[in-house]
Amino acid sequence: MSGPGTGSLLEVEGLSIDFPTRTRTVHAVRDISFSVGREKVGIVGESGSGKTMTGRAVLGLIRPPGIVTARRMDFDGIDLTKLSEREYRRIRGNRIAMVMQDPKFSLNPVMTIGRQIDEAYRVAAGAAAGAARRRTMEMLKAVRIRDPERVYKAYPHEVSGGMGQRIMIAMMLVAEPDLLIADEPTSALDVTVQMQVLAIVDDLVSQRGMGLMFISHDLNLVASFCDRVVIMYAGQIVETCRASELHKATHPYTRGLLASLPRVDQPVERLSTLVREESWKTEPGVDARNL
Amino acid sequence: MTASSANAPGLRAWLTSETPSSPLQARCIQVYLGWLGLARNPLAMLGLAIVVCLILAAIFAPLLAPYDPIAQDLQRRLLPPGTPGNLLGTDELGRDILSRLLYGARITLYVVALVVVTAPVFGLLIGTVAGYAGGWVDTVLMRFTDIFLAFPRLVLALAFVAALGPGIGNAVLAIALTSWPPYARIARAETLTIRNSDFISAIRLQGASPLRIVTGHVVPLCLSSVIVRVTLDMAGIILTAAGLGFLGLGAQPPLPEWGAMISTGRLYILDQWWVATMPGLAIFTVSLGFNLLGDGLRDALDPRSSR
Amino acid sequence: MPATSDVSGADMALLISHLDVRFGRGEEAVHAVRDVSLTVRRGESFGLVGESGSGKSTVLRAIAGLATDWTGRIAVDGEDLGRKRSKAFYETVQMVFQDPYGSLHPRHTVDRTLSEPAKIHGIGNVGGRVEALLHDVGLGPEFRFRYPHQLSGGQRQRVAIARALMLEPRILLLDEPTSALDVSVQAEILNLLQRLKHEHGLTYILVSHDLAVIAHMCDRLAVMNAGRVVEEMDVDQLRRSQPQHNYTRQLLNASLGYDRDKADSLLTFD
Repeated sequence: MSGPGTGSLLEVEGLSIDFPTRTRTVHAVRDISFSVGREKVGIVGESGSGKTMTGRAVLGLIRPPGIVTARRMDFDGIDLTKLSEREYRRIRGNRIAMVMQDPKFSLNPVMTIGRQIDEAYRVAAGAAAGAARRRTMEMLKAVRIRDPERVYKAYPHEVSGGMGQRIMIAMMLVAEPDLLIADEPTSALDVTVQMQVLAIVDDLVSQRGMGLMFISHDLNLVASFCDRVVIMYAGQIVETCRASELHKATHPYTRGLLASLPRVDQPVERLSTLVREESWKTEPGVDARNL
Repeated sequence: MTASSANAPGLRAWLTSETPSSPLQARCIQVYLGWLGLARNPLAMLGLAIVVCLILAAIFAPLLAPYDPIAQDLQRRLLPPGTPGNLLGTDELGRDILSRLLYGARITLYVVALVVVTAPVFGLLIGTVAGYAGGWVDTVLMRFTDIFLAFPRLVLALAFVAALGPGIGNAVLAIALTSWPPYARIARAETLTIRNSDFISAIRLQGASPLRIVTGHVVPLCLSSVIVRVTLDMAGIILTAAGLGFLGLGAQPPLPEWGAMISTGRLYILDQWWVATMPGLAIFTVSLGFNLLGDGLRDALDPRSSR
Repeated sequence: MPATSDVSGADMALLISHLDVRFGRGEEAVHAVRDVSLTVRRGESFGLVGESGSGKSTVLRAIAGLATDWTGRIAVDGEDLGRKRSKAFYETVQMVFQDPYGSLHPRHTVDRTLSEPAKIHGIGNVGGRVEALLHDVGLGPEFRFRYPHQLSGGQRQRVAIARALMLEPRILLLDEPTSALDVSVQAEILNLLQRLKHEHGLTYILVSHDLAVIAHMCDRLAVMNAGRVVEEMDVDQLRRSQPQHNYTRQLLNASLGYDRDKADSLLTFD
């Protein structure tokens, strides 16, 4: 096991998230370790696998009664486990940004879209109003919004879901964060827009050295877009590999998921279905810090 | 199928079964789970206890009351609380206040029950029909509702009672007539969010008539918010009834209505404070009980918070 | 637009010609479907593919009678449909919705959801049919008296499919039936739909944004964009990557995964 790699932006060791309920405790995430460098790391799993919780925990967004424990959670030399809520707020949106599944809940409904993006940029870069406006327009154009002037002045309820998602992405990227946590950021978008938005994120990673945690259920997309893949099942990491080698994955869960996908070019009579083994839940997880 | 559930040990197992075997059991399990949610809230349980006490007091008033509530004894008038034989004292005609309060619970409950079986049912009907039908039906029904909503409740009740003559029945009618519009609005708002959902589209595609859709599919979903609102409104209804009694337009003497009791007690408020205070405390306690229960029900019944 | 006229009336399950659907009136009106013509043969699986806002779901809702403001011609089994649908129509055409969390009444048990159509249409032996259909969609009798919140997404979708089959329809409209499900559950539901099609002799009209799902399930498909059908083809053409229209080619390309260079070459079609 190599120590904290010099290229590593986020280093997580032994992260667990528990939700105590009236009758028992739900272990949403169980003792996982992973790292994100200046690269695109895909976190893949089905609903309930704990992938979304993992992303939220890094940002300190797990609310009581949820309990987060970690042996280590370092972001660029900062110990995230020791941060107060105030210190966390300085990092959130500025150095670590998050794009959520549903944009409608993440935008302020009584502020124009332009003002919200301006503000995000001014807080992050300390820029003047004029510069912020120029940067906002650039960003709106970059996420392929056709009429940025109109959208700048619009309120969140006046735009469609897909456009709201692109606006969220623009707002998160305008601050040029070091780490972007994207939770199913493009699942509400049409495939063509999805490709274009991913290209923007891709460029930020390759040109500015941003780190990306890409949380998704879409195996094909993660395999073609990310550098590294982490596969989660029932709160644990069951496998990790280079994205380009996902088709060579060995864990029966990963293999099962891949096999259950219909394909345009390979017709089958019946899709193979996943038979879940009880042992997947009990076997020790995989350390996804080094590869 | 029924045998397997009968073999399971005890009622608790039957109520917590993951695999109910009849519609009745499925429903009982839902009620039981709702009850568990409510039971976790101590304030709601306090409210429930107060309401249960009110009901018990009303049912068993003849057994619990030490005296006849309207029997006068002028030699024992205006005795302070704690007097042997008159725990809460006596009023200006020597009537035992405790006995009058216990019998007064019957009148309060009577008012509450009559309002509950009329206003919310009517409001629910108007609201769901307006919301589901839409178009001109909606417009007509909701403007009709607005007209009633624009009347100040107590003033309309006063006018009503003044026209039809004082009495508890007329007071209830007046309260019911002025309290249904909020239920209609709630029901309509809920219906508007429900009517475009897929499960309503699905039942329309099964060829269900609008009547069946409204009664079988829309109303059950509006019911919980209306029940919560009714429970919270109960305090206001009791207060309105007491207010009418206080003004001499509700229950007529010598009926032991709490509001009327305060009204006569105010003549003695400086020297014999208990005559007005005891029924006042009763009204306060019961109103609080309904409010606490209503808050608890809102938390337990709201399908959004139960996930 | 080539309205496929080579199909004889006898084995035609569904015919749509020059269908236009609008929402709203005046300047606010949205012209969701423009001049769509399709034919679906009996026993066929027909796919409608397109991105959000392409009008594919609206076509389905117009067939089902849920979108009423349409012009043109819709005929099922050779009989023209009006705005109002008869009881017989509901016994012929049924629909499965996209969101399994929204398509079941939250306060009704599985039993009530399934038996209601039978009660509306006065079909006897309701209990027996409910149990048989639950078995058919792969759910045990223990599910019969559960509420939707006690079921997983896949189980809910199975219940929704059972409900659609309760009246023994011949045509099933499937509106993105698996897009809200995990891939492993999607495979189970697609397999189930394939099996039910053979067992019940059904005709499917499947709407999806996922070309792979359409390719797996369907014999023929139509690609929609901005309310119009831009291309109609059979699935072999799709598999051989031989779409004629640029939009279809782009959709096919994008569905194969991310490629940095490809992203720049994407066009917007309106």
